[in-house]
Amino acid sequence: MKICVLVKEVPDAAVEKRIDPSTGRMDRSGEKNLNPYDTHAIEAAMQIKEGGAVPVEEIVAVTMGPESAVRALHKAVSLGADRSVHLADQAVAGSDVAATGYALAKTLQRENPDLVLLGQQSDDGECYTIGAVVAEHLSMPSLTQVIKMDVDSDSLRCERQAEYGYDTVQIKLPAVISVGDAINEPRYPSLKAIMGAKKKPLDTVGIGDVEIDASKVGGENSAAQWVAAKAPPAKSAGEIIEDEDTGETVEKIIAWLDERKLI
Amino acid sequence: MANILVYALHYDGAINKNSLGAVSEGAKLAAELGGEAHAILLGENVPQDLAASLGKYGAKKVLVAEGPEGLAQPLVDAMAKAITDGGYKYALFGGGLLGFEIGAGLAARLGAGVVMEVTNVRAENGELIAERPILGDSSISEVKYRSEVGIVIGRLNAFEIKDAGGADAAVETLSFDLSPQSSQATMVTRGEQRGADVDIEGADVLIAGGRGLGKAEGFELAEQLAAAFGGNSAVAATRAVVDAGWYPYAAQIGQTGKTVSPKLYLAAGISGAIQHKVGMQSSENIVAINKDANAPIFEFSDLGIVGDLNKILPKLTEAVKAKKGS
Repeated sequence: MKICVLVKEVPDAAVEKRIDPSTGRMDRSGEKNLNPYDTHAIEAAMQIKEGGAVPVEEIVAVTMGPESAVRALHKAVSLGADRSVHLADQAVAGSDVAATGYALAKTLQRENPDLVLLGQQSDDGECYTIGAVVAEHLSMPSLTQVIKMDVDSDSLRCERQAEYGYDTVQIKLPAVISVGDAINEPRYPSLKAIMGAKKKPLDTVGIGDVEIDASKVGGENSAAQWVAAKAPPAKSAGEIIEDEDTGETVEKIIAWLDERKLI
Repeated sequence: MANILVYALHYDGAINKNSLGAVSEGAKLAAELGGEAHAILLGENVPQDLAASLGKYGAKKVLVAEGPEGLAQPLVDAMAKAITDGGYKYALFGGGLLGFEIGAGLAARLGAGVVMEVTNVRAENGELIAERPILGDSSISEVKYRSEVGIVIGRLNAFEIKDAGGADAAVETLSFDLSPQSSQATMVTRGEQRGADVDIEGADVLIAGGRGLGKAEGFELAEQLAAAFGGNSAVAATRAVVDAGWYPYAAQIGQTGKTVSPKLYLAAGISGAIQHKVGMQSSENIVAINKDANAPIFEFSDLGIVGDLNKILPKLTEAVKAKKGS
């Protein structure tokens, strides 16, 4: 079995995120990291490989993004991926969700995976949808927010929480699965793995290499077009108490509740 | 003419509340565009009267398709067929997991633009503009569509349900073919309830616990505080801890759980992800306790306490008891 894991570089959680006011695109400068949700997808791939139910020949990390996205791939490799593929091309910059999903699907097509895994959402764009877009372009079945996955040679038994409780779905491979963060506790990379990550094969490709139609990608060709940004309705900031003396803190909470007749 | 096709999720003989909101919103927007809102239901033997009842919320016509329930891809097939044949300009979804999956798949199938987490939609010069909060709701992006079809996926509870008292909608059967990928997934069991069947929706005081409680036993602190408030109080939980098996699914707030608006919502060890926020933001008073001063929940709480809940909750429980006794 060959598993591809889609990963993404996102602004570090500690960095304040902002939007470029002229384009509506996220300002992606500043410290970046591997999207934390993606580490669960890599861990899920590793657990399939180590679980032994099916032989896994290869785990390939795949990303799309600027040059700096290589660091997310290095992190993915340090967590267990065997090699990585980087779609780096100015032509895809500014793509919306639909165009990004198309470009990733084309990149994946060349790898011909049996299973595509990804995280439930990106830490920055808050989209939960890329998996469904990729699956449609690959004509593969798909499920998102999967929290348990049992694999055999040609199918997956997946569990997830949906609108009315927990669903169990049997899915034939090849498939695209986005995993929820409850599926596992990702491991920490060893120092050796971190040091060795840069030596693992990294294939950098452009849109021509993976037969992406240039007229379907990039900000100008995206169907959802950003027109303006506005501030959300003003909400008065709540009161904040830093707990230094817990007895005093609790007194303040009680007074606050009492004032509002909540006790 | 710009007609809007609205997806209606149904389960166990009832239409999902978010879908009712989406139908109401679709009817309002279609009127502004000079068109009609139609709805689509897919399932095994969908009752005709259930479909027709969407007329009350403004749907003029309801398409009923026969197919496997609870999975997104059969709906992508059915909606793509309906849109191609019927010339709809927009597809609209209420909040919810299936809506996200169907809307995204449909965007890929039709080459349509898609905007998700939409909190408001308006019609301008004959087209729709979707408003989507971004960056932890600190800014709102306005997005329009360049494609022939535009797809709007609402945020949970974004669209208000309006029972306009309309007449029964005309019901039509939609025939469509399942794509190869749709036949590769099979529902084994649906809607399994995990954990006790607790009732939190009518509570005046909710003590909600998240991952910050540390472990399943951490919920004892939340239960003791709820007991101290007494009367109509209960304990709620986030998706993360329910998925981890710490607390029953029936007590879960947010995207795939309950929507509540108690007089007091006290969030202990909850970071405040959007998926949680959408289920509790209309609470009258929100108090949050979290050790991380940067937790998003402090952005929308009325009283925030930055500190260790293991120290604060037991003392707060004692103080509430004392106050009650006084």
